[in-house]
Amino acid sequence: MADIQQATARANALEELLPPLTRNEAAMETARCLMCYDAPCTHACPTHIDIPRFIKKIATQNLRGSARTILESNLLGATCARVCPVQELCEGACVLGAEHKPIAIGRLQRYAMDFAYGRGLDLFPPAKTIGKKVAVIGAGPAGLSCAGELAKRGYGVTLFEKRDLAGGLSTYGIIGLREPVGVALEEVAMIQKLGVKVETGKGLGTDFTLADLDANFGAVFLSVGLGITTTLGIPGEEHIVDGLDYIEQSKLDAPNLVIGRNVVVIGAGNTAIDCATIAKRLGASQVTMVYRRSEKEMTAYAHEYDFIKREGVRFSFLTQPVRVHLENGAVKALECLRMSLGPADASGRPSPQPVAGSEFVLPADQIVKATGQEKPSIASLLRLKTEKGFIQVDANFETSLPGVYAGGDCIRARGAASTVMAVQDGKLAARSIHERLVAHG
Amino acid sequence: MADLSINFAGIHSPNPFWLASAPPSNSGLQVHRAFEAGWGGAVWKTIGAPVLNVSNRYGAWHYGGQKMLAINNVELISDRPLEVNLREIAEVKRAWPDRAVVVSAMVESKPETWHDIIHRIQDTGADGIELNYGCPHGMSERGMGSAVGQVPEYCEQITRWVMEVARIPIIVKLTPNISDIVMPARAAVTAGASAISLINTLNSIIGVDLDTLEITPNIGGKGGHGGYAGPAVKPIALNMLAALGKDPVVSGSKLPISGMGGISTWRDAAEFLLLGASNLQVCTAVMHYGFRIVEDLCDGLSNWMDEKGFAKISDVTGRSLHRVSDFNNFDLSFRAVARIDQQKCIRCNLCYVACNDTAHQCIDLKDKDGRVVQPGSYDIRANGREEAVNTRPSVEVREEDCVGCRLCYNVCPVEDCIRMIEEPSGRQPVTWAQISESQREVTEDWEKMKSYREKMGIHIH
Repeated sequence: MADIQQATARANALEELLPPLTRNEAAMETARCLMCYDAPCTHACPTHIDIPRFIKKIATQNLRGSARTILESNLLGATCARVCPVQELCEGACVLGAEHKPIAIGRLQRYAMDFAYGRGLDLFPPAKTIGKKVAVIGAGPAGLSCAGELAKRGYGVTLFEKRDLAGGLSTYGIIGLREPVGVALEEVAMIQKLGVKVETGKGLGTDFTLADLDANFGAVFLSVGLGITTTLGIPGEEHIVDGLDYIEQSKLDAPNLVIGRNVVVIGAGNTAIDCATIAKRLGASQVTMVYRRSEKEMTAYAHEYDFIKREGVRFSFLTQPVRVHLENGAVKALECLRMSLGPADASGRPSPQPVAGSEFVLPADQIVKATGQEKPSIASLLRLKTEKGFIQVDANFETSLPGVYAGGDCIRARGAASTVMAVQDGKLAARSIHERLVAHG
Repeated sequence: MADLSINFAGIHSPNPFWLASAPPSNSGLQVHRAFEAGWGGAVWKTIGAPVLNVSNRYGAWHYGGQKMLAINNVELISDRPLEVNLREIAEVKRAWPDRAVVVSAMVESKPETWHDIIHRIQDTGADGIELNYGCPHGMSERGMGSAVGQVPEYCEQITRWVMEVARIPIIVKLTPNISDIVMPARAAVTAGASAISLINTLNSIIGVDLDTLEITPNIGGKGGHGGYAGPAVKPIALNMLAALGKDPVVSGSKLPISGMGGISTWRDAAEFLLLGASNLQVCTAVMHYGFRIVEDLCDGLSNWMDEKGFAKISDVTGRSLHRVSDFNNFDLSFRAVARIDQQKCIRCNLCYVACNDTAHQCIDLKDKDGRVVQPGSYDIRANGREEAVNTRPSVEVREEDCVGCRLCYNVCPVEDCIRMIEEPSGRQPVTWAQISESQREVTEDWEKMKSYREKMGIHIH
């Protein structure tokens, strides 16, 4: 019984944070939208969803049309409605934002998407096959977007995913409080309905080679994301929990996720914030985030930082972990050094420099790291040209290997990685692949 | 502080706001409560012929998240027994000697029936009687209400019957469901009525239910025309009110006019006064928000009058009537152009699309360097708040091409952002009436019109 209760409590603690809009709330919000012409929200959206159009369709109760408007520009509209940093994108550009409250575009988009998925609507007619095949490697947002766009054009698309479930970070890496697993899996099912064949448990380099693909497919799209969490290189690191594993277990196996009483999270990006949220919500009495630079250099979105502060998480800035202290084989503390900020480094941010003799100890019985991911290893496997370790692509998303395209986090050498950018990469790469295979013979 | 009290055709009330004859004035209990809230008077819901009512009798028109921009109803005159109404009228009047208690009446078109009802109302001590010639549903099918109001001769005849026995002021209430509102008003004048009130409700069907395909509201599988009222009808009411003020017979008679039709705020009320009303009746706004709204009706009107230096209601009545004219007398040389305040503009581009798609194509989008750009001319890879906001073009009027149609002004969501600037046209004032009189050929022949324009320097693009 206790287990069931705890499991229920954990599920509740990480339930989707924002409730869906009620019909009346949606109506009031759509009425506020001015229906700007050539709207800045649409410009700011990386996938350029015609936002005034889908909002007015909600207002006229044409929800099918609204959902279709969204999906025409962004096949992962349900994920993006939840995880997009709207403050930096559509809502940030809303003309009502300067002196009033911007329209709640993200939540309205979710309203339309919930309607479509809730009713199991098929919004796109099955495409007539054109007898050409494309392989997509990696079933995250970029891969799903590219595969879906090509399937809509009549391509035979096989989407290979090395993990057990498709969806990439939407399934495994975004905290359930922002996006429940079910939403990501429904999107995968929708992409499958468009005609995409999804093969999970199949990885490039382990289960098949590029040569295998060349023999069977006219083009390849790599959407492999990034690698494992970076190594800190400190003694005792093997006792540190990988942040991505932590989030994954919170979504797929929450009852068995071990949560410390006193948790230290290393890192200050959005993933680190998700880890701290999980720890705090699933029972840790104290959660501290340590970051070697200062508040100003944090890579987390401002709204996520605000959120985590309200959750009651503490911060230790200018703090560099140097070793894990153990007692009887269990984590007891994280030893750290104070840092000061020096001249700008390669990332353009001030470089943190250790302050001599400033060692101190942060007591902890669980340490989680979320310090970014390794660059995609597939680049060296396939001998692709890279840029800062990311796969290099041209304006058409083609890699240095002709016919091999790439998009999503694995090419994000510049700018912040995000789901919506990955979706747009997939969409634009699909256009390029189509140009290559059909338009130009 | 402005004096809001009025003497309307001999009926006194402490302020000009009366409940219109309608559901809010259906009973003594309600009118008591309305007077407690501060209403200056009430026109009792119409009494007279026996009736029965139906459910789902009110429909409403909602738009853009705003509820009840108009209401429509198929409620008939009072369905409470005549004796009950008459007793309560007498009680209310005794309890509120300083308020106006007017009773609306409608009976079969027979002299003896009208005489009888007038006598019985007068016996209550009521201050006045309003003759309901306007109800467009239910009663009209029985030869009453708008069936009377639509035929000036009937109006005159019945009003004469009433005047034969009237000892208190008689107000004739007009229906707007007529091609010329002046005609029944003149009939009321001829018959010797004490005052006129307008407008009653307009015939309307609110809509059709897209799920069931039934008429809205659905009355046991049917629906039909009902009386339309509320904020949406105000411009129609203002026009009819002004038409009476401009008619030499009606205005020459000096009969006071009670204005109604969509009055929701003191601002609406002031406009009715300015166009000739000296008393104001309200219904839909009360049905939406309750009796309490009278407080701001009085307070707002009083503050505005103080600000404008109007001491009493009669100072305001008809004050703008002399400005009401028609196209024939408008100055064709008057020119205004739209100007956009770039500091206030939020760049929603609603003026741009309105002008370009539906008006005169004289608003441009311009980039930071002042070059004209087309909408949507950003790179497909461009995104983000900063990019969208910082590269957003400005919206500018080419004033030399602007005909001053005022569409952009009307669609702009920002207050005082677009202004219509009066620009000298360089031409002498001239009206269509003057051209028709002095150069009739110009008004009849396009070639002559062409040379007239060339001579006058009028360019149409």
